[in-house]
Amino acid sequence: MNITEKILAAHLSDRQAGSGKKEVSAGELINARVDLVLANDITAPISITEFKKTGAKDVFDKNRIAFIPDHFAPQKDIKAAEQCKMLREFSREYGLGLYFEVGRMGVEHALLPEEGIVVPGDLVVGADSHTCTYGALGAFSTGVGSTDVAAAMATGECWFKVPESMKFIYYGKLNKWVSGKDLILHTIGDIGVDGALYRAMEFEGEVIRSLPMHSRLTMCNMAIEAGGKNGIIVPDEITEQYAKGRARREYTFYTSDEDAKYAEVKEYDCSSIPLTVSCPHLPSNTKPAAELSNVAIDQVVVGSCTNGRIEDMREAAEVIKGRKVNPNVRMIVIPATQKVYLQAVTEGLAEIFVNAEAVFSTPTCGPCLGGHMGVLAKGERAIATTNRNFVGRMGHPESEVYLSNPAVAAASAIKGRIATPEEVI
Amino acid sequence: MILKGKVWQFGDNVDTDAIIPARYLNTSDPKELARHIMEDADKEFPDKVSSGDIIVAGNNFGCGSSREHAPIAIKAAGLQAVIAKSFARIFYRNSFNIGLPIFESEEAAEKISAGDEIEIDADRGVIKNITKGEEYTAKPIPPFMQELISVGGLIEWTKAKIKKQEIERLRS
Ligand code: SF4
Repeated sequence: MNITEKILAAHLSDRQAGSGKKEVSAGELINARVDLVLANDITAPISITEFKKTGAKDVFDKNRIAFIPDHFAPQKDIKAAEQCKMLREFSREYGLGLYFEVGRMGVEHALLPEEGIVVPGDLVVGADSHTCTYGALGAFSTGVGSTDVAAAMATGECWFKVPESMKFIYYGKLNKWVSGKDLILHTIGDIGVDGALYRAMEFEGEVIRSLPMHSRLTMCNMAIEAGGKNGIIVPDEITEQYAKGRARREYTFYTSDEDAKYAEVKEYDCSSIPLTVSCPHLPSNTKPAAELSNVAIDQVVVGSCTNGRIEDMREAAEVIKGRKVNPNVRMIVIPATQKVYLQAVTEGLAEIFVNAEAVFSTPTCGPCLGGHMGVLAKGERAIATTNRNFVGRMGHPESEVYLSNPAVAAASAIKGRIATPEEVI
Repeated sequence: MILKGKVWQFGDNVDTDAIIPARYLNTSDPKELARHIMEDADKEFPDKVSSGDIIVAGNNFGCGSSREHAPIAIKAAGLQAVIAKSFARIFYRNSFNIGLPIFESEEAAEKISAGDEIEIDADRGVIKNITKGEEYTAKPIPPFMQELISVGGLIEWTKAKIKKQEIERLRS
């Protein structure tokens, strides 16, 4: 079995495991136990309503349900406030141990790994498509709907179709400034937005083995952008370093067997992967950043569950330090969690951004989904370190979003057009 | 179950932001969501669509976010079913979970045109094109998903399971 199958097999529901079943294979429909269930201020309200309809007297485990108001929080309007209130009241009523109030919250997929709430070997479902992020830790995690979450909150189980797996091997040497974001954008550009539909994407190879955790999280975060069910990386020394000291539960490292089955194997020579940008309106619409220097921009966003970690802040700060945001551009920097925020302040990164005349904001999803804190007007164009550039994603249906890594975003903020870090440093 | 209706056609990769833009997600009221269905793809769509209509689309329908608001908005707008060459996976499971009938058929998606009158025999997976006098087949629905549909979705299924566990507990 490969790592995805092994984790699913290890979590087979008691009924199935009790019947002696120990293996699973692609295509099978199974019921499995979940280690963690999560939802946010957009998806949890539906889960709460549906949960109440199940007739369950209590949730399956108070300390394994995470409610994180991050999309329209801090509450941007009355309707959003009402939704956040539903999460708060439900959490109080059922005594949930993982409710993150404004002031303690962060963007869910940055917050949960950082806090050691998701650990290697976990099976996680979340009512948010980017739940696939935690595959970076060697967990099986996937986005589901609010109703799935409601059922899982009641029973601690969820139904799955065991996915086929695709293997992606990265070898060679990374070019300067090229990071996990560029690797995943390049990969999606190669296979398309449905290139891994219903499948697990297993990332491997010498480049992955030395790739730092924040870049691994970025890669697995965007598996859904290729249609993938989950992204996953076999845990190693880097995983151990990350999990050690932060994991709140015991964890298990699963690996893929030598003879594990893969539906497809793709190989990439990283020395030929450039700084990559996704052009409107699909993440698969990629071009080398260097070929887009004629694209003028109005806004830059650095943040999100894709690239809102401290390393991303550092990367953007390194490029922008001592320089100024172009007068035609608004730059919005949003650390993904309170910890990242504080660390950015302590390390002097906040000062660098403010001196460069960028906005430095409290954690929120905000502009990533056109919610608040930087919505685009008709005809405006942004470059963002986020993960989606669909029509209207950041605001008006006639606005445009380009996706990049933090260094390219910061360089573009200085130039007022899409630019590479080499052009400004 | 027989579903009969008029077709609205869309292309490949219709994403959840196109089905229901994120800016309206500060509510989960189905009626309000239905008012903005597909509006970024076609401003007048919410007014043009009438109850019983069917969407036919290309590959990867419903890609993007996990928002259940997308199938909910489709259902609340009175659309009866979606036929596509393929569906994005979260949209696929959400539809079964909330009881929106969806059908995968490459042939149907290719041959049906906007405005055609069609009839879907959901149990047999047969799609009849009344306008064109043609017939297509949809991919069979796995038994577990059929069970979900027959009991009325995942919540009903879970309810029954909880009840059963409760009875077993009382017995032992
Ligand atoms: S940052 Fe963007 S992609 Fe990530 S959870 Fe928030 S809205 Fe979704």
